[in-house]
Amino acid sequence: MLIDWTNFTPLSSALGGALIGLAALLLYLFNGRIMGASGILGQALAELIQPVEGHRLGWRIVFLLSMLAGPALYLFLTGQEVARMQAASSPAMLALAGLIVGLGTGLGSGCTSGHGICGLARFSKRSLAAVLVFMAFGFLTVYALRVLGVQ
Amino acid sequence: MSLLLSLITGALFGLGLAIAGMLNPTKVVAFLDITGNWDPSLAFVMGAGLVVNLIGWQIAKRRTQPIFESHFHLPQNSQIDRRLLIGSALFGIGWGLAGLCPGPAITSLAFMDSDAAIFFIAMAAGLLMSRRIFIKS
Repeated sequence: MLIDWTNFTPLSSALGGALIGLAALLLYLFNGRIMGASGILGQALAELIQPVEGHRLGWRIVFLLSMLAGPALYLFLTGQEVARMQAASSPAMLALAGLIVGLGTGLGSGCTSGHGICGLARFSKRSLAAVLVFMAFGFLTVYALRVLGVQ
Repeated sequence: MSLLLSLITGALFGLGLAIAGMLNPTKVVAFLDITGNWDPSLAFVMGAGLVVNLIGWQIAKRRTQPIFESHFHLPQNSQIDRRLLIGSALFGIGWGLAGLCPGPAITSLAFMDSDAAIFFIAMAAGLLMSRRIFIKS
């Protein structure tokens, strides 16, 4: 194992992680909601298509739209553009990966935020199982791409 | 008030993702690439997020209701079933293929480019499809 010291950013990554954690904590403590990106998006989409009587869609839409402010806030605070998506994958690969991520997080009831941060913090066995499985498959997939020479 | 809180936490989440480096799929894939030139940064994202919530959870546990709402909304299912395991495996594969998980995929729409749009639309379709799939546990 070789560590990529030039791109290693423990401080900013920990700071960003702490902010994500703080957001999750506040959302739970004040609104009683779990901050899971896939869960919030999935429920919002489902209710946009088929409104459910008595359900509140509003907070999900507000939450999702305000997430888009992240890069602008970053620019405002640091004066620099955030390092972002470079077209490393082809459009077809992006579409395939997006579909699998949507299907997987929908079936698995959560992703890196919902299971990884919120679920693990409240010692959910389901979340621990989910995190171990998606991390393992993430590592395996990147390893397989390397062996196949795709990346 | 609860809508204002949703607005603040959403923005904080988006900013956190940006600072953490999660909006850069190359960095995410570098974290998953343990046999290559490994960048362990993202372990610090999850670690720090987890520490904040471990402390927060101890506070939240003592409360019977959230500050702005009448009750806490927690998942009811506690079984590790096939649906959870198959779903999480699929998610891991998709995450490894493109280096994007749902949070960063949503925030990346702010860049207004076709890559972010393609991934998001496919992910939205997948999320909706998953609701129509039944897996025997």
